[in-house]
Parts: sequence; C-alpha cells; structure tokens
Amino acid sequence: MIDLSKLPKDAEEASLAASTVDELVKVQNQFLGKKSELVAAKKALGSIPESERATAGKEINEIRVSIESVIDKRRVEIEDTEWETYFLNDVADLTEVLNPITRGHLHLITQARDQLEDVFVGMGFTVAEGPEVETAWYNFEALNIPDWHPARGNFDTIFVDLGEEEEVMLRSHTSPVQIRTMEEQRPPIYIVAPGRTFRTDSADATHLPAFNQIEGLVIDKGITMGDLAGTIDSFVQAFFGEEVKSRLRPSYFPFTEPSAEFDISRPDGSWLELGGCGMVHPNVLKNCGIDPEEWQGFAFGFGIDRLVSMRYQLDDIRELVLNDARFLRQF
Amino acid sequence: MKVLLSWLKEFAPDIEGDPIELGEKLSSLGLAVESMSIIGEELDGVVVGKVLNLRQHPNAERIQLVDVDIGDGAPTQICCGAFNMSIGDLIPVATVGTTLPGGIEIAQRELRGELSNGMCCSASEIGMGEDNEGIMIIPDPDMVLKTGTPLQKALGIESDILWDLEVNANRPDAMSVAGVARDLAAELEISFAFPKIDVEEDKESTKSKVSVHIEDGSLCGRFLTRVVKEISVGPSPQWLQNRLVHLGMRPINNVVDISNYVMLELGQPNHTYDMAKVTGSTLGIRRAGNGELITTLDGVERELTDIDGVITDADDQPIGIAGIMGGESTEISETTKDIIIEVAWWDPPSISRTVKRLNLMSEASMRFRRGADFGENMERAINRVAALLEECGGISTSGIEESKGDLPDRSPILVRPEKINSLLGTDLTVDTMKSHLSSIGFEITRKKKNLNVIVPTWRWDTQSETDVAEEIARIHGYENIARTVPRGAQAGKLSQYQKDRRLVRDVLVGAGLDETMPMPFLAPGDLKLAGLSEEAISLSNPLVHEESLLRTSLLPGQMKLIAYNQSHRIDGLKFFEIGHVFLPPGKGDLLPDEREYLSVALVGEEAPAAVKVLNLLGNALALPNLQLKEQHVEGLHPRRSSSVTVAGKEHGIVGEIDPRTLQKFGISGRVAWIELDLGRLLNGPHGKRKYTKVSKYPTSDIDLAFDVPENVRSAEIEGCLRKAGGRFLKDLQLFDSFKPQSLGEKRRNLAYRLRFQSSETTLNDNEIRDLRQKCIDEVQKKTRAKIRE
Repeated sequence: MIDLSKLPKDAEEASLAASTVDELVKVQNQFLGKKSELVAAKKALGSIPESERATAGKEINEIRVSIESVIDKRRVEIEDTEWETYFLNDVADLTEVLNPITRGHLHLITQARDQLEDVFVGMGFTVAEGPEVETAWYNFEALNIPDWHPARGNFDTIFVDLGEEEEVMLRSHTSPVQIRTMEEQRPPIYIVAPGRTFRTDSADATHLPAFNQIEGLVIDKGITMGDLAGTIDSFVQAFFGEEVKSRLRPSYFPFTEPSAEFDISRPDGSWLELGGCGMVHPNVLKNCGIDPEEWQGFAFGFGIDRLVSMRYQLDDIRELVLNDARFLRQF
Repeated sequence: MKVLLSWLKEFAPDIEGDPIELGEKLSSLGLAVESMSIIGEELDGVVVGKVLNLRQHPNAERIQLVDVDIGDGAPTQICCGAFNMSIGDLIPVATVGTTLPGGIEIAQRELRGELSNGMCCSASEIGMGEDNEGIMIIPDPDMVLKTGTPLQKALGIESDILWDLEVNANRPDAMSVAGVARDLAAELEISFAFPKIDVEEDKESTKSKVSVHIEDGSLCGRFLTRVVKEISVGPSPQWLQNRLVHLGMRPINNVVDISNYVMLELGQPNHTYDMAKVTGSTLGIRRAGNGELITTLDGVERELTDIDGVITDADDQPIGIAGIMGGESTEISETTKDIIIEVAWWDPPSISRTVKRLNLMSEASMRFRRGADFGENMERAINRVAALLEECGGISTSGIEESKGDLPDRSPILVRPEKINSLLGTDLTVDTMKSHLSSIGFEITRKKKNLNVIVPTWRWDTQSETDVAEEIARIHGYENIARTVPRGAQAGKLSQYQKDRRLVRDVLVGAGLDETMPMPFLAPGDLKLAGLSEEAISLSNPLVHEESLLRTSLLPGQMKLIAYNQSHRIDGLKFFEIGHVFLPPGKGDLLPDEREYLSVALVGEEAPAAVKVLNLLGNALALPNLQLKEQHVEGLHPRRSSSVTVAGKEHGIVGEIDPRTLQKFGISGRVAWIELDLGRLLNGPHGKRKYTKVSKYPTSDIDLAFDVPENVRSAEIEGCLRKAGGRFLKDLQLFDSFKPQSLGEKRRNLAYRLRFQSSETTLNDNEIRDLRQKCIDEVQKKTRAKIRE
C-alpha cells in the first residue's frame, strides 16, 4: 500500500505553485484525476483484506476531502488575485462626464400655473379657459362696467383694430372667462380660469404689458362671503404653507359686491396684498341669465407673475418674457 | 387721499389711540393706508435764518457763499447751490448736527476751500411739499419772525399724523377729510359732527348779483352760487397753506387755496369766477355744441362735443367745462375784487365721458365722476368758502342762489336682513344692521321683517341691496365673518385637453427642450422678415411700435429670442412654446380666429431632428396615421419642409427654417422647426391604444440596404417594407444613411433593419427568405430604389 498521508501536503505545495486557474486544474488532475495515486488507491481497495477495507476507504476519503479543500482554497485565492488584476486596469473616473443628459425646463409661469391649478382641482374646481382677444361685452359690460364707468380707465386696456372703436380688445383681466362659463354652463359652477392678460403698462422692473392671472368663480345655492373667506384661506394654506394666514379688506370692483382685497401674512407679521375678490354682483349674474335670488357666488383673482416674482425674488419681472436660456434653465 | 389727524379731529374730536392702530382701523374700513408719516418733530434743528450777504464762491462757479444770521446776530457762512434768494430774505437753515426728514445729516464741511456751517433748505428738503427748485423763502408779511426761531414754530406747524389713503372708486365720500372722519368715528363708535359755520352776510342779496339757468337738467342736479365782494387777493394764511402742502397741493393765492381747502375738507369741488370778467349776471348750464371752443385754466384751447357740459355767461359763451375745469377768461388774478362761488352737482356718467374724451383728470372731476354729495353738504361747502374768504377781508352777499336740475332718485331701498345674512354668511340681528347703517348716515325704517333704507346724499354709488350689504359688512368688519368652505358636489379635474397639453410639455421637457413664453406682439415687418404672409391684426393703442401687431405664427417671436440667446453666446438652444396666435376673423365674426399653437425650435439641428421630436409626440399622444406631406411650406426651407397630417387632416408643419430668414434675424447655423395647431390636433382623434399580446416565439432580424435616387423618400421605402412584411414585421428601423462616392452626388444608400416574428409559430428559414424577397420586390416595383446585395 502506498503511503497516502503525504498527499495533502504535496497537493498544497503544488497548489501554491500554481498561479493560474489552468495550472490549478492540472494540479487537481494530478492529485484527484483518473490517473492519480488516490484513485489508484481507491481501485486497490478491493485487494486488501475486508477487515481493513473500511478503515482504508475512510482514510482515502478523508485525504480526498482534504486535497479538495486545499485546491478550492487556492482557487479562490487565484480568482481573487485575477479579479484584482482586472480591477487594477478597469478604471473609470466618475467625475469625467462627457455629453451630459439634460432635461428641459418648464417656464416658471407654467410651473406656478400648474401648481395653482392642482391646488384648486384638489378643492373641487375645474379649469376654464377663454380667448385672449375679447369684446367689450365680455371684458366690461357683462361685468357691470358700463362705458362711462370710472373703473374702465383703471384697466388701461389695449384695443385692437377690429369692429367699432374700442369694441374689441386684448382682455385686461381673466374675468371674461367667468361670463363665458356662466353663459354656457348652468350652476353649480366651480372654476378657476388662468391665462394671459394685457394692459398698457410699459415694461419695467415691476410691470409687463402681457402678464398672467388666475381667476376663481363659484356659483351655487347659498354661497356666502364666509365661503369666500374660507376658500381663500384654504387655498393660501395649501399653496403657501399651513402657517400663512389670509385676511379680507373692503375694496371695490364693479363686478363684485361686497368686494374685498385679500392679503396674506408675511413671516414678520406684516401683510402682503395678493388679489381682489368679492360676492358676484347680481347684475353680472343677471347678464348671464342666472337668477341672483336663486344662486349666489363669489369670485377672486390675482396675478401669477407677481406670485412667481415674489417666490423667487426676481428683481426684474421682464425676465419672465425675455426668455434668456440662462434664466429658463435655473428652474 | 391724504388726511391729517388734527383735521380729522375737527369732525370727530374723540379720535384717540396709537397712529398705527388707527391706520389699521382705516384699512379695515376699506381705506387702505398706503403710507403714514409723523409731521413736525423731524424739523428739530431747522431754524429761521436771515440772509445777510451773498458772495460768489471763489473756486466754484455754481456755488455761492451765503452769510446767514441764525439767531446770534453774527454771520454764519453756508455754501449753497441755489441762487433764488436775496439779501434780507428769511430762509430755513438746517444747523450743524441736524438730521433732515430725508435722512441727510448736516455737519460742518469744507467745499473747495470754503467752510459750510449748515444747509439752506428747499421746501421739499424739509418735507414741506414737492418744491425743490430753489431755497424756500419764508413769508413774514407782518415782520414778526425772529432769526433762530425753530422753523416748526415759525410756520405754525403742529405735530401731526399724515395718512395717505387709497380710496376706491365707490367711495366719493371718502375723498374728503370729513368723510374719512365719519367712517372712522363709526368704527371707533365716537361722535361725529360738522363744526358750525358762520357767514356774516351783507345786506345786498346774492340774487341781485347773479342768477343761474339750468338748461339741461340731466347734466346738473343742483347749482349753488354766492358772491363775495371786495376781496384782496394775496397769500393765504400760513396754517391753511401748511395743510394744503401736507395734503399735496401747492398754495397759489387765498381765493384758490380756500377753494381747494374746502374741496379737501368737505369733498365738494367748487369754483370761483372773477365776477368782473363774467359777462352779464346770468350763468347758464347746457351741453356744448360740437366744435365749440374754450380755453381752460391750464391755457389749453379745447374743442368740445355735445357730450360735454359747459357753464356759460349771459352771452351764452362757455366760461368753464362742467365739472372738469374752469375757463381762463374768468380766472382769479391779483386784481380780482368780487368773485362768484360755484358749488354744483354734476351727473357722474356725463363727467366721466368728458374726462375720458379729453383725457383730463382733475381733483374736481375725480370727485364728480364718483358722485359728489348732492345734499346739504353743498350749502355747507359754499358757506365754508364764503366764511374763509371773509377771514381774508371779503364781504358775502346774503343768501345762496340755487337752480335745480335732475337729482338722483332717493326712494328707499328694500333691504331684507335674511338676504344680507345669507350673502355674508352672518347671523346679524336687524338692530345690529340698523345700528351699523345709522352710524354712517343711512336712514332706516322698519317695514315688517325688512328695512327701508334711504341712502345718504354722499353715497351716490350705493344703489342696491347688495351695496347696502357691503356697508353692513364693512362696519361689522370683514374679519368678523366666520370662515366656511363651500361643499362643491363635483370632483375637480382637468379637461382631457388640459391633461394632454401637460403631457406634451412633459414629453418635450423630458426630451431636453426649454419652454419659452415671449409676449405675443410683433413689430411691423417681422412677418415679412420671417417669410410669412403680412396680414395680421394691429393694436389700436400699442405701447411701442415694435409691439403693435398680434402674431399669426410663433415663428417670428422664436426667431427673435433665438437671435437674442445666440448674441449672448448660449449653446444648445432647444425651445418650445405653447401660445395663442391670432388669425383674421372668419367671415361674419368679430373676434380673431384665435388658436393655440405649439412650436419647437432646435438650433443647430437639421430637419430630421424635428421629425424625431414630432414622432416622439406622435407616440406620446398616440396620434393615428401621423404623416409628412412633402411640400414647400411658407417660411421654411424650400427643400426641407413638410406639412404634418394626422388621420388625414393637416395640423402643422415640420422642417427647417428658411436660411434666408435665419440670415435676416441674424441666426447662425440651421434651425429645425415644428409648428402645430395644438388645439385642432388635441381636439382631433388621438390617444387610443389597444393591447397586442407579446409573442413568445423567436424573432429573426434581417438587414436590407437600398441604393436610393434623389427624389425617393425613405418613407416610401418604409411603406413598401411594411406592406410586404405585413403582420410578421414587428419592427423596422432605418439604421444607416450614407452617400458612397461610387453612387455619385445624388444617390444615397439607406439601410434598414427588419425584425420578423409570428404570434403563432416559429418562422423557419424558408419563410424568412420569402419575406425578405417580398420586401425587396415590393420596394423595387413601387420605387426606383435598388437592393444592394
């Protein structure tokens, strides 16, 4: 019987001498392959006395396990070394970024408009839209602003060369959408109408001849001024934050009565005027064929550009129409 | 409207409290405080100085050295840039160490070698009005002022609070100190009263001096006159001047100042005529004739129309435009002795129309167009003017001469407390409503459950139940209305159109495009420059010539902003815009054919880049049968443009901007372009998707390259391939396009990758070979392209 006891030691030495997986396979064949001493010994088991066979078999098996373990251990070592070599050369500088993927940018006005729409949709409103060029009926008369009314002068309207003199104009507020909605739809009405509006304001740091407003209109049974104040309060908290308060102050608009300005609180406790609102004037309801004894409602409106300008502390509102890519890409 | 605390107290003596809190009260009444200032205290350190000598500064041409006596009798040298004073004049001098209202600190300083020990002040520098032309000369008619007297004392300025209030168009009453006092008194629940006015009348009656004939009663409701004789025109008393200055009016002479003072105090505009210059003693009120001329107080000759009202003399010549401005011919001058005072009530719409037509706003017209008081305040005002003129030596005739026209209807308004509460969301008792209304002068009687409300003469604006509701709410306090939220029964939502439009934006932003929003105005010539039809709607009153047309296309606006961005050397410009364009009105329509367009501009890219974006949108919106129809499109490159059709309907254009246009706008490089009628597109068929089972059988890819002559489009070849490939063709990609030298200039090589797959079985080699041949045959039969083996 060959002395098998030295085999594990020999296998270990041979394994350590192998530096690649291929060389290690050769070692494996040498010690565990068909022609190995161990296999030969296993084959010879039949020729030894039966009483010794179990012990010898057990010894052969232990030696095989021992050799396998030595080779496996070495395989892991070799593989680790090979991966290390691989990684040594497979380097990328993650700070070296060519041709970056860029996203586009929604205009700040669109971003604000979408956010406002979403808040109001969440409060049960739908979003109404209308034309930017309007007739005197929709922009003024139906809104209880007859031609002699002093308030007409306040709108600084831009007229267009269509129809009679001062009959067709760029809408000076989004309120015409109220009228169009009430003409087309029976109450209950819960809408907001965002959109572009126009005035003869020369462009400067705080004015633009074309700007954006959002207007709200609610017509339903038993709508009160308390509902108006509550709706504005809910909106203000949803849009500006829970801590922001709102207040109403008496004001005047021909299309609402009572009318109010609404202010929001600043962190320092002072108030900032945001927009106008009020209970829809009975004449406006009548002009749209709605019975003011049956239905009541409120309307409110404010400027989106100013809101954006405040939020981002723009020092010049003209940025919003200049469309400098360096500005657009900031947001 | 500016008001002084001391003046308010003449009507409501019990006003007390912190000025800021009083301001809050005013704001809560609807008289928003725009600013508040404290008067008087800030003039500490400014004293009366007497000019002793004036010398030219030796080293500075525009500066003179002023020696002033500031109380010690000795000359104090001050360098001064103004030259309007003379030796002996009294002027305000800010002594060293003073801080002026504007924040300027006065210290001794040296100016080109000469010492300056203080500052000579203009009126504006010491907060005494807006006059900053020259040093203020302090009047001292009685020669009583001593040098060194604190200016505040010398001018009789008392410490006071000045509020600047924003008064809404529906508050004619609050355009006066008394009106503001009435509101504030109601809010503070203190008493309000007009001080008694004593006119010491002469025996001679007003009637004997002047009479009035109202020809047009719809223009003038009441016309009151009085005559004050033997006035001597000169400066008005300092206290009166001070108040005018604080309220923003420039003192002129006693007659004009008193007239203005009473207007500010009582809200009643009034006019004074130099009686000697008025022909005859009968004034007439009528509408003007078309083309009638009058020169107004401001020296401008104005042509009138029959919407304007005039006051005429006995010869029927106009001597004033009703409610707007007096005429120059009867203006008060230094030689005026006897004057006629006019206090009238004019029809607000009439005044409004004239104001607008003449674009002539005055302190008087501003009040008349809102509706001045037509009640006893008119008598109060004319008496107040007379009484003040008497203080300046005038003698009033006896009695007020009055003519009447049509006055506003004062029948009671029926107010239903139930409706008021339902409108406000309050639970106010009838008594509370009554008390709120009475506190601001409304007269109320009970009518069973309801109230009959007679509106005071100073609230012409209040004409209906809801107007009364606002008054109740105002006095109750808006902040005291409980807040509720209406329970809208419907679900809020965006329309499909609005959702799709957001999708379009999101897809484009995802593709790296920036959204732009230029203003929709164009300059004349922009459309021509862009190679587009010049027909566009123009603005009647544009702010600037460059913004006088409404756009009919998004193209010119985008060109301008691309040029702007390129001029700032910004690269990688990829823009989109969604906005309205304004096409001429359709037949019989008044309004423009207004549409919402979408544009995409890819700077430095060729036309196919735009098609890629278009296809991306087509995919996102599931546009059915999106096709390009090759044609020359206005404004685009003649050989690189197509119209875009969806489900057979034309909805826009795609291609490249005409290089000539780019040149004219100063844009370098190519610009790939899409412009779609988004409104029509999104209102047309789109968005329908249906499920196709994903096949689990293997796929086979084949590549086909064709030699394609110049006028054959890839779309034609793709059409043939799709047709031949039929249901087995799962995917088709153009993966290469090149122009080999061997094919010559005008031919190109297009290579496609086709993926075949069956949903029922594995396609065998023979079937694939057959499909391949069918594809080649179809292309070669229908087009002039040849397969490259």
